[in-house]
Amino acid sequence: MVFLASFAAAQGGAEDRRSGYQDMGAALQKMQDDDTANPAMLFVQAGEALWKQKAGASDKACADCHAAGSMKGVAARYPAFTPGSDRPVDLDGRINLCRTTQQKAPAFGPESQELLQLSAYLALQSRGLPIAPPDDARLTPVRAEGEQLFKGRQGQLNLSCADCHDDNAGKSLGGATIPQAHPTGYPIYRLEWQTLGSLKRRLRNCMIGMRAEPFAYDAPEYVALEAYLMQRAKGMTMDAPAVRP
Amino acid sequence: MSSLPTRRHFLVAAATVTVIPFAPALATPESLAAAIKEVVGEVEVRSGRVKLDIPPLIENGNAVPLTVSVESPMTDADHVKAIHVFNEKNPQPHVFNAWLGPRNGRAVVGTRIKLADTQKVVAIAETSTGQFWSASADVIVTIAACVEDVK
Amino acid sequence: MANVLINAPKTARKGETIEVKALILHPMETGFRPGTNGTMIPRNIIQDFIATWNGIEIFRMRMSPAIAANPYVSFFTVASESGTIRFRWSGDNDFSAEGSVTVAVT
Repeated sequence: MVFLASFAAAQGGAEDRRSGYQDMGAALQKMQDDDTANPAMLFVQAGEALWKQKAGASDKACADCHAAGSMKGVAARYPAFTPGSDRPVDLDGRINLCRTTQQKAPAFGPESQELLQLSAYLALQSRGLPIAPPDDARLTPVRAEGEQLFKGRQGQLNLSCADCHDDNAGKSLGGATIPQAHPTGYPIYRLEWQTLGSLKRRLRNCMIGMRAEPFAYDAPEYVALEAYLMQRAKGMTMDAPAVRP
Repeated sequence: MSSLPTRRHFLVAAATVTVIPFAPALATPESLAAAIKEVVGEVEVRSGRVKLDIPPLIENGNAVPLTVSVESPMTDADHVKAIHVFNEKNPQPHVFNAWLGPRNGRAVVGTRIKLADTQKVVAIAETSTGQFWSASADVIVTIAACVEDVK
Repeated sequence: MANVLINAPKTARKGETIEVKALILHPMETGFRPGTNGTMIPRNIIQDFIATWNGIEIFRMRMSPAIAANPYVSFFTVASESGTIRFRWSGDNDFSAEGSVTVAVT
């Protein structure tokens, strides 16, 4: 309830930007807001168990290094540069860096249950916080690349992301409202998927919809797009793990 | 029957939000009527005492929240024994059967259901005194614009 | 361990009617969906959900393919005496899972 009130307050005012949450009907908003009903909480619960489980040659758990509560705000910040990587990584990439360099365990596969569970557990700890991309000049060209990708036409339908989500957001496509595409709630429990999925899966979904060939799962283009979208949504309130239609 | 809702259809659904009086079994498609008959037999199904909370319009039919509440003292002598939910246009008419008793205190069951299309949902309560009460509701299911192939 | 999420009050007054909610991870594959190769994906659903309070059945549900993936069920029960509410899900392909919560009744 505290979250509800603060979320509503944070979304009020003269803000033109709308989250996907605001575009949903009351029934789905209620499904998301009730932690005892939100199906994403199944993944959060599994993620918490995974967080505490020792893994890899180091035989260390995430919790052995990171104190409880220290992950607050982390999901609201990525993609970011991180020590040990010469290019920015998204939250999933950061989790896998910890896996390989600290735990000395194999990286989780893209869109694997483990990665979704851990990212859901982390994202929940940023719920209610504003999206806060790092003030890092090295990210400027990355965001610019992301913006180009967002605004560039692609695929057999010759569409850009911006055609729908900037120019026609709020209008209907079939029976659905076109959202502004702000990544406030990832990973999301998308009813269309009937499971939890990452922003990357959602981006791939859109590319397939435009009849474009999605980038490979490990392509830096996703990180660039995410970096741009997070900057575009800067200050909006995180509502992860969200429910979306 | 058209699967597209008429304007009147929509206004009725939107205005009443939850309950539209149960239409006689004759007016319902055959499989739905048959499934209901399996449960109620020849006993008359009366409209009332049952409240079916389900959104009149939902953005995706894969998980539609639904709550059935039945007015009942829930005593040993007079309680709801079972709640049965049916649909009109999924491949099968059954949604669920729930069995209750005086230990439940309140005859309320909530779950989430799949609706393949815009359609009617029917809830029937069976009492320990052998009565059947019902409510139905029309739900408009809008189809997601951007679907994803099955993995 | 099955991935189940159960919510019920930890304490209740004797005779109080409490709400119980249960979620479980399960695909609830309907058997009516074609896969990428065009053939139907075989049905894989939970069929039965049973709740007991200190061993006595308090609620039972028979599910169909029309129950949404990752089934959610909520119902009410009268807090009779302190104890454990146990939940059992079973279904296709010998699926079986359990979960429980304890409620202190004062």
